[in-house]
Amino acid sequence: MPLLVAEGVTKRFGGLVAVSNLDFEIEQGGIVSVIGPNGAGKTTFFNCIAGFNRIDEGTITFDGLPIYHLRRDKIAHLGISRTYQNIRLFANMTALENILVGLHHHLRSTWIGAVLGTRHVREDEARAHQEARRLLQFVGLQGKGDMLASKLPYGDQRRLEIARALANSPRLLLLDEPTAGMNPAETQQMTEFIRRLRDELGITILLIEHEMRVVMGLSDRITVLDHGERIAEGTPEQVRANPRVIEAYLGTPAT
Amino acid sequence: MTDARSAVMVATTRHPWGGVVRVGLLGGVVAVYLCLVGIVPTFAERPLISGAISLGHTALAMAAVFSGYLAARRAPAGNVQAVAAGALAGAIAGSALALLVVVGEVVDVRAVMLQASPALYDLLTLGMGLAGFWIPAVAGAVLAGAAAAVSILPSSYRLPLSWGLVAVVVLGLFAGLLRTPMLTGALSGVARFLFASDGLTPVGAVITFVVAIGTNVLQRRVLVRQRIAEMPATRRRALLAPAIVAGLLIVLVLPLSLGGFFAQVIALVALYVLMGFGLNITLGLAGLLDLGFVAFFAVGAYTVGLLTSPGEFGIAQWPFWAAIPFAALIAMAFGAFLGLPILGIRGDYLAIATLGFGEIIRILAGSDLLKQWLGGPRGILNIPKPIDVPPDHFLAGPHQIYYIALACAALVAFVAWRLRDSRLGRAWIAIREDEDVAQALGIDLVQTKLLAYMLGAAFAGLGGGIFSALVGSIVSSSIQLFVSINVVAIIIVGGMGSIPGVVVGAAFLIGVPELFRELSSYRFLFYGIALIAMMRYRPEGLLPSRIVRRELHVPDEVAAPGAPVNGSAAG
Amino acid sequence: MYSRWVERLTDVSISGFLWAFRIVIVLVVVVGSALTLTQGKYSLATWIDLALNGLSLGSIYALIALGYTMVYGILGMINFAHGEIFMAGAFGGYFAAVGLAQAGLLNLNPLTAVLSVVIMIAVAMAVSTTLAVLVERIAYRPLRKAPRLIPLIAAIGASFFLQYTFRGLFGPGIYAYPAVDVLGEAVPLSFIRLRWVDVLVVVSAFVMMAGLYLFVMRTKVGTAIRAVSEDKDIAALMGIDVNRAIVTTFAVGAAMAGAAGVLYALMFRQVFFFSGFIPGIKAFTAAVLGGIGNVPGAMLGGLFLGQAESIGPTLFLDGFGVPSPNQLRDVIAFTMLVLVLVFRPSGILGERVTEHKA
Repeated sequence: MPLLVAEGVTKRFGGLVAVSNLDFEIEQGGIVSVIGPNGAGKTTFFNCIAGFNRIDEGTITFDGLPIYHLRRDKIAHLGISRTYQNIRLFANMTALENILVGLHHHLRSTWIGAVLGTRHVREDEARAHQEARRLLQFVGLQGKGDMLASKLPYGDQRRLEIARALANSPRLLLLDEPTAGMNPAETQQMTEFIRRLRDELGITILLIEHEMRVVMGLSDRITVLDHGERIAEGTPEQVRANPRVIEAYLGTPAT
Repeated sequence: MTDARSAVMVATTRHPWGGVVRVGLLGGVVAVYLCLVGIVPTFAERPLISGAISLGHTALAMAAVFSGYLAARRAPAGNVQAVAAGALAGAIAGSALALLVVVGEVVDVRAVMLQASPALYDLLTLGMGLAGFWIPAVAGAVLAGAAAAVSILPSSYRLPLSWGLVAVVVLGLFAGLLRTPMLTGALSGVARFLFASDGLTPVGAVITFVVAIGTNVLQRRVLVRQRIAEMPATRRRALLAPAIVAGLLIVLVLPLSLGGFFAQVIALVALYVLMGFGLNITLGLAGLLDLGFVAFFAVGAYTVGLLTSPGEFGIAQWPFWAAIPFAALIAMAFGAFLGLPILGIRGDYLAIATLGFGEIIRILAGSDLLKQWLGGPRGILNIPKPIDVPPDHFLAGPHQIYYIALACAALVAFVAWRLRDSRLGRAWIAIREDEDVAQALGIDLVQTKLLAYMLGAAFAGLGGGIFSALVGSIVSSSIQLFVSINVVAIIIVGGMGSIPGVVVGAAFLIGVPELFRELSSYRFLFYGIALIAMMRYRPEGLLPSRIVRRELHVPDEVAAPGAPVNGSAAG
Repeated sequence: MYSRWVERLTDVSISGFLWAFRIVIVLVVVVGSALTLTQGKYSLATWIDLALNGLSLGSIYALIALGYTMVYGILGMINFAHGEIFMAGAFGGYFAAVGLAQAGLLNLNPLTAVLSVVIMIAVAMAVSTTLAVLVERIAYRPLRKAPRLIPLIAAIGASFFLQYTFRGLFGPGIYAYPAVDVLGEAVPLSFIRLRWVDVLVVVSAFVMMAGLYLFVMRTKVGTAIRAVSEDKDIAALMGIDVNRAIVTTFAVGAAMAGAAGVLYALMFRQVFFFSGFIPGIKAFTAAVLGGIGNVPGAMLGGLFLGQAESIGPTLFLDGFGVPSPNQLRDVIAFTMLVLVLVFRPSGILGERVTEHKA
C-alpha cells in the first residue's frame, strides 16, 4: 500500500489555479521527486500535504488516514516533516535548541513538572539533549550545537533544518530544494546524505529539486508538474524520454 | 571614531555645513518643544545645584550638548571646524529659543500654549526679559561648542569628563533623598556640606565632579574591565558570587534605612518587577503582546479584597495568606477563559483584543451592574495587611509588602527560568520566532500560547492581590490601562525575556517618576518616546537576555561518535 | 502518556468552549432583545432617537475607521496613534472656533456659522495631516521591514507621545467646545427629533466618504495607493513611488480623522488630551468589523458599530434588568471587537486572507 496518496488535489488562489486535479502517490521507503519549471505548483503541493494550505478539491491520505483537513501540528504528529525552500530556522535559537524544538512532541514533561524539576523531567531533558546531539552528529554538525542558527554557514543551515525535521522521527520527509545554492561538491554530499536517510533510517522521501543530477541520481520515480498539472510520471528513464517533459521543462535532454 | 566620522563626511561632502545646520534646526525644535510642552518650566522647580542650576536648565543644556555632539560629527575634518560646527548648531538651536522669547513677549501666545508664560521667558533669559533674548543663542553656542570640543578629545579625557557631569546630575537629583537619612547619623556634617535641602551645594557639585573624574581615571588606569575579561570563566564566575551577595544585601537592607515614602515607592517597584516577570513569560518568551494585563490585575485585587476585607463587601475575612493563592488561581482561570477564544488570532489583532478585555474589565469594575458586589467607585476598603505587627515594628507599613513582592518576584523569576529551558520554553520561543514553522514541527499553538497567557495572568493576579494589600483598598479607579502600559513598557525598555532588564526597567519607569513629582507628569510622554526609540534603534531592549546568556554558556561536548540516530525513526 | 491525554482533553474543551461562547452571546442578544421588547418600556420614538444618535456616531466612527483600514491595507500595521490624530484635529478645530468666536463670526448668522464649521474642519484636517505625516516619517517608516509587533509597539509609543504632548501643551483640563448655536437647534420636522448638528455630521461624513471613495477608485494617486497595497515590489517596478503612496495614505486617512474630530467635538462639545483614545479603538473595531483593508467595509462597519453602541445596551441588556445599561456601551463595542476577531477575522466584507499571512 502506498504511504501517501493524493487524489484529484486542486488548490486555487483567487483566480489562479496553483495545483489542478493532481493524482500522486509515494510508496513506503521510496524517494520520489517532483520537478517542473518555476511556478509549476510544486511548493504549493508540498504546502497542501503539510497542512500549510487547505486544498479546495480532492483528498490526501497518509497511511490510509485522510489528512487534508488536519492542522499542521496534527500532520506532524502523524510523522510528516518538512524543510523549506528559503531556510526557516529559529534564528535566535542555537542549533541544538532548534533540534530540541523538533523533539517537542516526543517529550512528555508538563509545565508543573518543569518548574518543580522532577526527576522524570530531568531524565526527559537529558534524553532530549542526547538525542539532539546525536542528530547534530548525524548531519555532520557536531560541536556546533551552541552556535546561533543564524550564525551558521549556509550549507550547515540546510543540514540543521533537516536535522530539525528528523527530530520528529518522520516516516515521510518533504525536502524543498535541499541543494539550492550549493556548489557541486556540497550538492554531491547532500545527495549521498539524502540516500542515507532512506537507506539507514527507512524514511520515505519526497523531494522538490531543480538540480537534474540530483533528481536523476536519487529518485525511484519522478512526477513532472507544469502550470499545476501533472504532465508526466515514471522512472527517471521514462521521464527523461518523455517528449512533453523535454518540451515543457528540460528544453534540452538532461545528462 | 575617525572611521565613523569620515564615513559621515563622505555622505555629506556636497554640503559639508548643511548637515550641521540641520542638526541646529532639529536642536531648536527639540528645545522649543521642551519649553512649550512644559518640561523646562516644570523641571526648573527642582534645583540640581542649589541656587545655581535647575533641572530645567539641564534639560535645555542637554539639547545643546547633543546638538554640539552631532554637529561635530557632521563637520568637515579638523578640530577647529568641529568646534565651530558645534557652536553654529548650538547658536541656531538657541536662536529658536530666542525667537520664542521675542514672539512670546510681543504676542500673547498663552491663550493657546499654556506654558508660554513670562516665567518661562525669565528662565530662558536669566530674568532679563525681552532685553535678554540673545542669551539662549549665546548660551547654546557656548554649550554646544564646548560639547563639540569635548567630543573630539581622546576618549581618555572625554569619558571621565562625561562621567563627572553625569555624576553631578544624578547626585543632584537624589540629594534631597540622601540628605534626610544622613542628617540623623554620624554623617550629618558631610550631608550638610555636600547637600542642600534641594540639590547639591555648589561645593558639593565641585567635589562630586572631581571625585567622579578621579575614580573613572583610576578605574581606567588599573584596567578593571580588561582584567575581568581576561580571567578564565571559572574565576569570573567566582567573582560573580560575591557581587550577587552584595547586591542581595543592598536590595534586602536598603529599604530599612530609608523613610516611609521611599519604602512605599520601592514596594511599588518590587510589585512591578513581579508583574514584569509575569508578563515576560507572555511577551518576552511567547511573544504575545498582552495589553490587557490590568484585567487579571483587577481579578487578583478584587479576589483578595473580597476574601479578606472585614468591611461592607468582604465575604470571607480570610487572612491574606489564604486569599493570595486564590487571587493567582482565579486570575489564571480568567486567563484561560479570555485566552481560549482569542489565542488563535494573529499577534497584532491579539494585542488589540487583549486591550479590549482590559477595558471591559475596567468598565465592569466601576459599573452599577457589579456595584452591589464590588463597591463600584467606592470600592472595597479595610483590606488588612498581610503581617499583623505593632506600628513601630520594622515590618509595619509598606516594608512588608516590599519583602512579599520581592519574594513573589523571585518565585516568578524562578518559574520563568525553569520554564525557559524546558520543552515549553523552547516551544514559546519557537512560536515567537516563526509561528508557522513551530506548528509544522508538531507544536499545538493554541495550547502552548494559552499556557503562557495563563501564567502571565496568574502573576498579574498575584500582583493585583499584593497591590490591594499595599494600598489597603481596591477601588475601580485603580483599574486603569496605565497598569498594562507600565508593565509592557518596563519589559520593552528593559529587554524582552531578560530578568535584570525588568528590574532596571521597573526602577527607572516606576521608581524614578514616583520619587520625583516633576518627572511623573511627563512619564507617559517619556514612555512614548522610549517605545518609538527602542523599536527604531534597539528592539531587543536595553539589557537583552540572549546575548548575556550566550556569553555565560559553556560549549556543548561533542557527542560520542558513531552513535546511530534514533532507532524509532526506522519504521 | 499523561500529557498526551491532557492535550487531547484540552483540544476537545477548546472547541466546546468556543461553541458555548457563541451560544451565550446569541442567547444574550436574542433573549435580552425579546425581554426588552415585550416589557414595552420604550416607545418607538425612543428607538428612533437611539437609531438616529447611532447614525451620527456611526458616521464619525466610519470616518476614523477609513484611516485605520487604508493604513492597514497598505502597510499591514495597526496605526494605534490614529485616535490621537483624531484628537489633534479636534484641538485644531477648537482653536479655530475660539478665534472665530472672538472675531464674532461663529454665531453671527447661519451662513457664517456654516462657514466657520468649514474653516474649523479645514484647520483640523491640516493639523491632523501634518502630524500623521510626521509620525509616519519618524516612527513608522524605519520599521517597514520589521516583524509585525515592532511597528505596533512603535505606534503605541506614538500614541502616548501625542497624548502627552497635547497634555503638556494645553494642560490636562477638558476644553468645552464653543457652541455653534444654530447646530443645537432642532430640525423642524414633526415626526422625529433631530438637531442640525446630527444632520451636519451625517451629511458631511457621507460627502467626505464619497469623496474618498472616488479618490481611491478614480484618481491616479488612488490607483497608485491600491497598487502598493496589492504588492509593494511590483508597484515599485512599475514606476510607482511607494513612499509617496504610503505618505498620501496616511495624509488622507488623517484628514478624515481630523474632520471626524471636529464633528465629534461638535456633537459632544468637549475635547481633551485623552479624548481620542477610546473613539480610536472603537473606530479600529469598526474597521475590523467591515473587513480591515476594505474601504467600503470601514464605512459599513462604522455605521454598524454606531447602531450597536447606541441601541445595543438598551435592547440587549435592559430586559435583564441591568442597572444603567448605557455604562456598558463600551463593553458591547469591545465584545463585538473580540467576537469579530475570533469568529470572522476577515470582517463583514473582507475576503478570507488567512493563508497569505506569512
